[in-house]
Formats: sequence, C-alpha cells, structure tokens
Amino acid sequence: MPGAIYAEGLVKTFGDVRALDGVDLDVPEGTVLGLLGPNGAGKTTTVRVLTTLLQPDSGSAVVAGIDVLKHPNEVRRSIGLSGQFAAVDEYLTGRENLQMVGQLYQMSARDAKARAAELLERFNLADAADRPAKTYSGGMRRRLDLAAALVVSPPVMFMDEPTTGLDPRNRQALWEVIEELVDGGTTLLLTTQYLEEADRLAHDICVVDHGRVIARGTADQLKAQTGGERVEVVVHVSEQIAPAREVLAGFGKGEVAVADHTRKLTVPVTGGAKLLAEVIRELDARGVEIDDIGLRRPTLDDVFISLTGHAAETETETGADGAAQQKEAVK
Amino acid sequence: MTATATKTQGGGALPAAPRPRGGIVQSVNDSLVVARRNLIRMMRIPEVVVFGLIQPIMFVVLFSYVFGGSIAVGGSTSPSDYREYLMAGIFAQTVTFATAGAGAGIADDMHKGLIDRFRSLPMARGAVLTGRTLADLVQTALTLVVLSLVALIVGWRTHENAGKVLAGFALLLLLGYAFSWIGAVIGLSVRTPEAATSGGLVWLFPLTFISNAFVPSDNMPTVLRHIAEWNPFSATVQAARELFGNLPPGYKAPDAWPMQHPILASVIWSVLIIAFFRTLAVRKYRSAAA
Repeated sequence: MPGAIYAEGLVKTFGDVRALDGVDLDVPEGTVLGLLGPNGAGKTTTVRVLTTLLQPDSGSAVVAGIDVLKHPNEVRRSIGLSGQFAAVDEYLTGRENLQMVGQLYQMSARDAKARAAELLERFNLADAADRPAKTYSGGMRRRLDLAAALVVSPPVMFMDEPTTGLDPRNRQALWEVIEELVDGGTTLLLTTQYLEEADRLAHDICVVDHGRVIARGTADQLKAQTGGERVEVVVHVSEQIAPAREVLAGFGKGEVAVADHTRKLTVPVTGGAKLLAEVIRELDARGVEIDDIGLRRPTLDDVFISLTGHAAETETETGADGAAQQKEAVK
Repeated sequence: MTATATKTQGGGALPAAPRPRGGIVQSVNDSLVVARRNLIRMMRIPEVVVFGLIQPIMFVVLFSYVFGGSIAVGGSTSPSDYREYLMAGIFAQTVTFATAGAGAGIADDMHKGLIDRFRSLPMARGAVLTGRTLADLVQTALTLVVLSLVALIVGWRTHENAGKVLAGFALLLLLGYAFSWIGAVIGLSVRTPEAATSGGLVWLFPLTFISNAFVPSDNMPTVLRHIAEWNPFSATVQAARELFGNLPPGYKAPDAWPMQHPILASVIWSVLIIAFFRTLAVRKYRSAAA
C-alpha cells in the first residue's frame, strides 16, 4: 500500500534546467521523511509539486490517498504547509491570520475563531495574539506560521526548511513542537539543510542532488553506508606526527590521513572502544604526547560530503530553485 | 486518518478541513474573507490611501487655476466652465490608479509567499484576486468621496438629479474596478512590488492624456483624435460629464459612436476589460510561481 505521501518519477524542467529528474518518494503514514540536499537540489520544487503549487512535466503523486494532479483541491484539504514560502500576513495580527486561514479552509467564522484562540494558546502566542505579526520575533513568526499550517490538523504536513534562520534556542523549541506533532500521528515531509535537524526529526532520509534522490535510508543506514568508525588523534607537537602515524598504521584498516597544521591524524578502524584503549597504550609506550584522541562515527555531514562531493551548507546556488531560494535568502 | 488528526491537535476535535461548499457561495465567501484582510491592511497602512489622494487633489487645484481660462470648452473660455468640465476627467484618472494599487499589492503577496499560502488552501480559484479588487474598489470609493469634496470647494457643481449623479459615480467605480483587474495581471507578471507600481502607471499617463479628460479632443491631430474618441477611458469621462450635467452650453459631442452613446460605451468597455483581464489573471494565478 502506498504511503501517506507517494511520488513516482517526478520530472520538472525550467528552461534548460531539470529541477526534478525523476524523483520517487514513499512516506509511510505517521513517519517523518527528511529531504536533505544543497540549495537548488530540487527540495523546494518537490514540495511545491506535492502541495499542488506546481504542475510536474511528468510523473505522479498521491498525498493522503488522493491523486495530486487529478484532485488538487481535495489534497489541499488534507495538507498543511509551513516554511520559507508559505508566509503569514505581517500587517494582520496573529489571531487575524489564523482566523483567515481557518475560514479559507472553509471553517465557519465561529469555528475559525475558536480554533485560532486554541492554537495561539498552544504555540505560546496568546500574549501577542492581537499585535500585528510584523512586531513578532523570528521565532514567534515561525510558530505562527506553523500554527497556520495546523489550523485544520491536517493528516499530512509539509515543512520547507522550518528552522532556517532561527537561533539555537528557538530551533530546539520548534523541534519539540514538531516531535509532539509527529507523536500525534501526523505524516511529515521536511526539507532541511541542517543535517542535525534531519538526524533528530526524520525516520527516513532522502538525499537529493541535481533533481534526483541519490541515497535513501535511515540516518544510521546512511552513516553505515558512508563508512565505519575512525580513530582521530591530535598530537602535542609536530615532531610526533611520524611515530603516531606508525602506531595508527598498525591498528588501522586503511590509509592514515594527516593534517599537518592541526597535527591531526585519522584512520578507519574496526574494534570500537577496546581498540581505542590499545591505541592509547601504544602511543603512551612510544612516548607520543596527545592533546586529543577519540573514536568518531560518521556524521550526516560526512554522509553528505561523500555522496554529493561537497558540504551541505557551503554549496553555491545552482540549479533551478537556486534562484528562488536566493530570493528567499535576500529577504 | 480522522482519529490521528483528532489526536494531533489536542483540544477541539476537528477533522481535516470541512468539505468545501463549492460553487458561487464559496467564491463569494472566500472573496469576502480576502477582501476583509486587504481592508484591514489598508487601515493599518493609511499612508497608502493618503498619498493616493495627494496627486488627484493637486491635479484638481493645478488644472483648475493654471489651465482654467486658457482652455476653450464648447466655445467658452470661462474658468468655471472648464472647472466643471475637468472634474469628471480627474475623477476618472484617479479611479484608474487603482491599477497600480492592485498590482503592487498582488506582487507584494507573491514576493512574501502569501500567494503560495493561499494557493495551498482549498479555496475558490479567483477569490484571492476578487478579494483584492473588491478592497481596491472600497478604497477607490473613499478616494472619490474626498476628491468630490475638494472639487466642490473649488467650485465644481452637478446640474442633474441625484440618481444621475450617482449613476455617474457608479460608472467611474466600474471603470476603476475594471482597471484593478489589469493591475492584477501586472502584479502576477512582475517580480517585485516596485515593478508593479511603475508598470501599473507608465501606460496610464498616455492613456489618460490621449483622451477627452483634460481638454476636448476636437483640436487634437487626426490620429490622436480618433484614439481619444475610442479610448475606453474617454467613454467613461464623457458619460460621467453627461450624468453630472457638466457639459458646457453649446457643447457638441464628437461624431464617434462612443462619444454619441457614452453611457452604453462606458459599460461595454468596462465589462469587456473585466471579462478579459479577469480570465487572464485567474489563469496566471493558478500557475503562479513565487
């Protein structure tokens, strides 16, 4: 049975650029899919297609059991959209914004009013409810935006970079809200450039680049795919790099990488903590003084770099929705 | 699905969005919700309305006192005759400025992501645009009220019964409503609100000057005279003048059909503009990309 969000072979071209080049997705009900990729990879375009905002050139998509291309208005009743391109009106108060969205979801004026009050309370905006949204802080605005997406408690939610631009404290707070939502059974598709965010929130991750899904799996599977653990050593003085290298070569399962200016040596290993203890004893025996040593498992950053050949957040803006996102960034 | 949804939102038990009522009732409702939103914005940014008034008021004063007396209307060079003749032209020019307002407003909504929000909601297709143009209509009406008062102060008077005068204003409002649909198309076609404002204004100046709004078209070069006589804008100006009783004694309307039947011509032009640009705007809205 296809999941709450299902897409097959989505293709979308803008001029010469293939923004989507055959994207397949399957998100089981009640789970979170993290769509990870650099700017311009096709994340936003994917979300726009699934939320009925953009017609794909080919391919099919089903959201909440409804065909996106055949019955877009039915799909709109069952989804909530939040993030960089679904804004709130800054001249309306928080309450007015939520009431308007409720009414446009075809709730009666009275229901929309009651629902707005409830959401303002829940998202900790009750005190600011009657102030124009432009007076809100970044975190408050994101919460209002999220509340607007939840006015009808949609079974399927889409969040496009929900925490971009938030400070760590607000990001934490928003993550908690999202986790609560998912615990309640909502299916969520989340795009993000923050690997930490995907790691924390998503059950499954799809890495997208150049309009294609280039890897998928759980965070652990992706990390395992990238390679196992490594020992990292920082020696106290550069003269000791050579002996340390010899020691590590003896334990390692591959080449020892050396960064001269940071005096850091890295080698892939198997054997975990026990091996680490042996490495330390041996280094000690050889008189190598160490500043730092540790067993490192690959992070999603490593996954990202090994898959796409570049880091997630330093990628230059290329590709089709690069321009759109650049515009977002300017605001 | 309903069970999970109910659990999700904690308090009040609401399922996914209620089934849309569909049809005309939903269209009207959605349009009114959006219109209300735009009117609230208008009240919170009164500068826009105030600045919108300055230019027409300046035109009333400048044209009345600078040009009045130099321009012959129907053989009369009396400044007061020109003043009466002029007002319908300035009223009509003012209502067409709704184009820029609608265009800038919609471009701003696109730019800020509000159009995407609306497009992701199960609402009637044209409602975002209809709501915007309705709110602009309210603003235009308010502007006309203020402008009429200024006009009365500088000596403008009507010489027909109240019904006809109101009909004259109704035609002006209809023209303004039609032009705000042109603005909607512009707003959906450009990238920034600034571009929509200038894009909504540049062509309005030739359109409103190559017309009978400020001077009679009789003395224009032949080509311009024909344009002026068939200009949709001229038809409404002529109709309003007739309904206000502002045509000077001895005035003879040009032979062109719209000038002979200005009221009918005004209605036809406005309805055609609405039909054409509304269709275009709704189509653009449906495929709009931020």
